[in-house]
Amino acid sequence: MTKNEALINYSLRIGDTCLILGQRMSEWCSNGPTLEEDIAMTNISLDLIGQARTMLTYAGEIEGKGRTEDDFAYKRNEREYFNSLLSERPNGHFGDTVARNFLQSAYFYHFYNALISSKDNMLSAHATKSIKEVTYHLRHSAEWVIRLGDGTSESKEKIQNSFDEIWDFVGDLFETNEVDRLLLNEGISVDQTKIQQEWNSTVTEVLTKAGLTRPNDGYMQTGRLEAKHSEYLGHLLAEMQFLQRAYPDAKW
Amino acid sequence: MFFNINKMDINKKLEEFQAKIDAESKIEPKDWMPEEYRKHLQRQISQHAHSEVIGMQPEGNWISRAPSLRAKLVLLAKIQDEAGHGQYLYSAAETLGKSRDEFIEELQTEKAKYSSIFNYPSLTWADMGAIGWLVDGAAIVNQVSLQRTSYGPYSRAMVRICKEESFHQRQGYEIMANMAKGTAEQKAMAQDALNRFWWPSLMMFGPHDSDSPNTGNAVKWKIKRETNDELRQKFIDKTVQQAEIIGLSIPDSDLKWNESKGCYDYGKINWEEFWNVVNGKGPCNKQRLKHHIKAHKNGEWVRKAALAYGIKQKEKELA
Repeated sequence: MTKNEALINYSLRIGDTCLILGQRMSEWCSNGPTLEEDIAMTNISLDLIGQARTMLTYAGEIEGKGRTEDDFAYKRNEREYFNSLLSERPNGHFGDTVARNFLQSAYFYHFYNALISSKDNMLSAHATKSIKEVTYHLRHSAEWVIRLGDGTSESKEKIQNSFDEIWDFVGDLFETNEVDRLLLNEGISVDQTKIQQEWNSTVTEVLTKAGLTRPNDGYMQTGRLEAKHSEYLGHLLAEMQFLQRAYPDAKW
Repeated sequence: MFFNINKMDINKKLEEFQAKIDAESKIEPKDWMPEEYRKHLQRQISQHAHSEVIGMQPEGNWISRAPSLRAKLVLLAKIQDEAGHGQYLYSAAETLGKSRDEFIEELQTEKAKYSSIFNYPSLTWADMGAIGWLVDGAAIVNQVSLQRTSYGPYSRAMVRICKEESFHQRQGYEIMANMAKGTAEQKAMAQDALNRFWWPSLMMFGPHDSDSPNTGNAVKWKIKRETNDELRQKFIDKTVQQAEIIGLSIPDSDLKWNESKGCYDYGKINWEEFWNVVNGKGPCNKQRLKHHIKAHKNGEWVRKAALAYGIKQKEKELA
């Protein structure tokens, strides 16, 4: 594997996770519990899709075959997507979305903070720009974890169940392979072990504050690095890619 | 005796109120206003807010299928603006003494209406173009006029909203223009969207002036600055040319330039369809309302939790 191949894959991992979570968040439009929350969730979706565009465009530039952000978004299949398993989980109820977003945002927050020091200028610039957005995403979701955990008995039970149900997918966030090792040696990628420690402390802090029980780290579902996903991703892509697939010659 | 003083008092207040309006001063929430003025505005502003909110649904229908990431972002941003418009229109309406919860209740129990245009389905991506171009285009004509409405909070909300709506209309027109110069299939889709949305867009201005039940005092009190027919004519005159530029045809065989009047003559609007859609018989009336009620119900436990948490925090602060 060359450095460029590794860098393409690394950029796609970031871009794909942003895109898929952004797509999920956009599904909340007109479904939020309040108008204000509808707007907040759309905001997060806008940020994430914006981040995805930067990373997919960058992957295309390194590849040098003329592929655009839309080629990557609309013309790849399930087994070519490198997004986290967490990001593709369905929205469920509001608490399910909050739990998923909190766990993913806490990851992005520490990830981008570390990526700012990347020797790759583009990744570093992307991290510097994105950290502002992700700081808000983390604050937004963490505040809701606390509100729901310390709200009513119903909300507490619901958000605890949300965490219990989704917990098996967090391990996938920290998996590494040859791409990470190669880029870490070059000072380009981040040290996942360190991110995991920081993530652990953020997550534990917020769950404690919310009066929730952190689920046990048991056997984890993985697959992101091999582009092995849940059944949910195929449906998400089928919907998202419909027009581009149905009218391959059209420009929009 | 007592009654007479009161009556004189009200007459004097009415005179002062009308003088203020005639002098183009804005009426503010704490100012005295006739009950009929208040009720008219509560109805109009809340219906406007409901329209923004319900209008999120037909466009929201295409977010997940937007054909490019850029198009997805632009559409999302636009719908987010609509939600924001709903927010400040509800706030403006609340200054008249009813809460947002009460307005939402009226919407959900069908006591309040919203713009009937949103009871039509968005069937293809071209509908995102047609809605932005025609529906927002028609809304702008109405809203530009409402910037000069006599009620201060409504007028100020309109100034802000108009700035964003003109971006929406350009967004819609851009989609239509791109599709009209695209493949044959895309052009057909664009024409089809124009065909479906043209007449309902003209209906957005409401019945002809001769048949409009709510005009009466609204003009005298300068809530409404131009009549339905005047506004409709403005919309037609500016839109026909826009269609020509991108090579689409307006689906009205009676449409022709009237040299002596300096505006377009247009064909008969199907008012039977209009009244049926207004009265719940449109293709999506039930769907739109159901969606709104479902989202509202699904969010109830969240709102309750936020409220309970807020109370707990306040108690902690006081302890």
